[in-house]
Amino acid sequence: MSDKITFTIDGVEVKAAKGQTILQAADEAGIYIPRLCNMSGLIPYGSCRVCTVIVNGRPQSACTQPAAEGMIVENETEELLTHRKNIVDMLFVEGNHYCMSCEKSGNCELQALAYRFGIAAPKYPYMFPNRSVDATHPDIFIDRNRCILCARCVRASRDLDGKGVFEFVGRGPNKSIAVNANARLKDTNLDITDKAVDVCPVGAIIKKRVGFAVPIGQRKYDTKPIGSEIEAQNK
Amino acid sequence: MSKITEAAIKEICASCGNDRDRLMDVVNAVQAKAGCVSDESIEAIAKQLSCHRVEVESVVSFYAFLSKEQKGSVVIRLCNDVVDKMNGVDAVAKAFEDELGIKFGQTTDDGKITLEYAPCIGMCDQAPAALINNEVMTYLSTDKVKEIVKNLKACNDPAKLKHRLGDGNNASEMVHSVVHNGIRKKGPVIFADYDKEAGLKNALAMSPVEVINEIKTARLRGRGGAGFPTGMKWEFTRAAEGKKKYIICNADEGEPGTFKDRAILTERADLMFEGMTVGGYAIGADSGIVYLRAEYAYLTKLLEKILQDRRNANLLGKNVLGKKGFDFDIRVQMGAGAYICGEETALISSCEGLRGDPKNRPPFPAQKGYLGHPTSVNNVETLCCVGRILEMGAAWFAETGSKGSPSTKLLSISGDCQMPGVYEFPFGVKVSELLKEIGAENAQAVLVGGPSGQIIGKADYERTICYDDLATGGAVVVFGPERNMLEIAAEYMEFFIEESCGYCTPCRVGNVLLKNGLDKILAGKGEPGDLAMLEELGNTVKTTSRCGLGQTSANPVLSTLKNFRSTYESLVKESKDGMQPMFDISAALNDAETIADRKSVIFKN
Ligand SMILES: Cc1cc2nc3c(=O)[nH]c(=O)nc-3n(C[C@H](O)[C@H](O)[C@H](O)COP(=O)(O)O)c2cc1C
Ligand code: SF4
Ligand code: SF4
Ligand code: FES
Repeated sequence: MSDKITFTIDGVEVKAAKGQTILQAADEAGIYIPRLCNMSGLIPYGSCRVCTVIVNGRPQSACTQPAAEGMIVENETEELLTHRKNIVDMLFVEGNHYCMSCEKSGNCELQALAYRFGIAAPKYPYMFPNRSVDATHPDIFIDRNRCILCARCVRASRDLDGKGVFEFVGRGPNKSIAVNANARLKDTNLDITDKAVDVCPVGAIIKKRVGFAVPIGQRKYDTKPIGSEIEAQNK
Repeated sequence: MSKITEAAIKEICASCGNDRDRLMDVVNAVQAKAGCVSDESIEAIAKQLSCHRVEVESVVSFYAFLSKEQKGSVVIRLCNDVVDKMNGVDAVAKAFEDELGIKFGQTTDDGKITLEYAPCIGMCDQAPAALINNEVMTYLSTDKVKEIVKNLKACNDPAKLKHRLGDGNNASEMVHSVVHNGIRKKGPVIFADYDKEAGLKNALAMSPVEVINEIKTARLRGRGGAGFPTGMKWEFTRAAEGKKKYIICNADEGEPGTFKDRAILTERADLMFEGMTVGGYAIGADSGIVYLRAEYAYLTKLLEKILQDRRNANLLGKNVLGKKGFDFDIRVQMGAGAYICGEETALISSCEGLRGDPKNRPPFPAQKGYLGHPTSVNNVETLCCVGRILEMGAAWFAETGSKGSPSTKLLSISGDCQMPGVYEFPFGVKVSELLKEIGAENAQAVLVGGPSGQIIGKADYERTICYDDLATGGAVVVFGPERNMLEIAAEYMEFFIEESCGYCTPCRVGNVLLKNGLDKILAGKGEPGDLAMLEELGNTVKTTSRCGLGQTSANPVLSTLKNFRSTYESLVKESKDGMQPMFDISAALNDAETIADRKSVIFKN
């Protein structure tokens, strides 16, 4: 196995293939590094920063940083947990997240991360932004109130569907998700079967008429915390 | 203002080779011609460049100088940087509003004049200042505003507003501007007389590797802020695989309080181009790009003229100075109003016709930069140093300065001092020495390195300016005894909020939370717990942000929390309402109180 890279995460030796990111190698080793914008099958983007780890003393995003021979990675430390909680808090107060009435509740990765981190309520003041909903498409709607700007839909539509339906407009706090049409989603060529419709980690892109097919309480993260599917490989 | 026709857009796109990568040039041209890049224009551009319309919209919405909404044929951008505020910009702003009969962000009813604010336009030493289209107006007063508005109403031509022209090349036909160079202290490197062409000739007599070694021996470090060794950067770029390579000169100079590159671009552009050519030879590039901030558009004619002169003298072009196989040329890429585009990977994105989002690293620009080709990005001043090193030798260069930081540094000094301007100091100069020289010995605080640097107090005045102590890309802003340093910090946070690209969470959201927390304290509603909360939040933003902007944007808060702790402590008090730190109950109740048309009985203040 000479083409394998060896490095450590919190003192545990981990092997990686050349070109793999720290996060990919950790997944294969059954070590969970929290993440939101990353999704296997999509080009790493590095925007949420929840996956921040310390590599040889310097912070890096695990989803974009290639594994390298001998690197020393810190993942589960008090300091990093604080940073990650703070970031999740930021994402909650930046948008309008009413989990109790959200169709994504229980399947939402943001909510699941908050639960995993033991966050009951964000510690920062809510910003209550004014954001729009676009329900013009016959099968799909976008609720920008819940968008965390992870660009999964942008990448999936562009790289997997070959369409480019989504892109961001504005900058800084005014950044928002836009569609490839003069105004509305219905004027794009987005289709219900597109990969882009299935990748949203939160309840911002929702399929119509399938709401609450699985009752709350029986959803993905209702029974097991997010990340446990990765950690299970370690057992 | 007449709308732009589809034919005109076709023409603009065609003049850019219908090349998607040159979207910046296309949208800049459309904006200049039509006063906006409307939905119809976006559609037409996308069709012409064979890309999605939302890509074009994405770019247009990113840059401050581009807009979907119709602007007047004259756009007044009044600089509202901290230094301008210290110099009375508020009165100037009010005068503009009164004279024009509109508020900031509005256009006059006849559609002719738009009034806006702009962050630092690089004129802090002659503040308050404004851009009127591409013309710079300096030392503004309420009287001057009256005259400007009167003249604009009469002729609608910003070029006719200028009276006395500035010094040096500012007075030349090419620039024709009222800007003053403000060069107060010339040192041996940048503004000294030099032997034109000698540096390039010496370089071409050496091998590229020898040139790189010369730069390494001189221990030249980047002057743009990060201080990376230039020789090493060039070595990496040279070693990287790629048929085509680029050298990019970073002339985006956007850090508030920095204007030293403005002086170089005006008086030493030729030296800068010489350094770029040397760099091109050293790394094996045949193309160079100068990324010029939109605020400095008034210098483009001069730069283009010097480039043409250099082409005519075979200092650029095929077989430069007869060196077989070394072809090299330079083009100017205009920005469109975005501080983040000074960050080297964001700059490259912008050159590629994209939003000014920084890129993920690795790969680094030296491996995969502009359009995927190995690229070296160097600051304006760095490239001037290169020219002088090749002319005079590495040993000469290292003669001045301190041990770890050889040679000199240009500092842009402004704020509460008697002699604002551009100074060339040897590295290692103490802050106290500097304050004495500029007439600011009673300074309460000094901002070294701009808002992304440190706000220091008297206790630190014996520290030195160099890479190993107080590092700076060139900005030094002085604050007199009467200034409220927390207000200043809040202003700078506002700057970062405006200028964050918004890509990553901590910078996009964290800076807003920091500013809100600071505002709450300034309003007298802070409590002791807020300070620890701000510190922790600031550290998260610093540690987890994706690029240098977010990694330094908390500094105004963090450095004042450290150096002006007592100011914070005098403002916070134990809360009576038992609310969470950073939560402002009165602000939260505002809407409800308005609806109910009465004040809360419980939370009275
Ligand atoms: C937000 C941000 C803004 C920057 N702005 C500039 C700038 O205006 N000019 C500059 O030369 N470098 C700027 N830099 C630094 C560049 O990223 C890069 O390090 C520099 O251009 C490299 O040139 P040098 O090595 O010659 O300094 C900025 C960095 C950041 C993070
Ligand atoms: S809509 Fe969903 S997938 Fe798209 S950026 Fe927002 S949160 Fe991410
Ligand atoms: S740190 Fe700020 S400017 Fe840099 S990538 Fe993140 S959001 Fe953009
Ligand atoms: S998962 Fe790495 S930055 Fe979002």
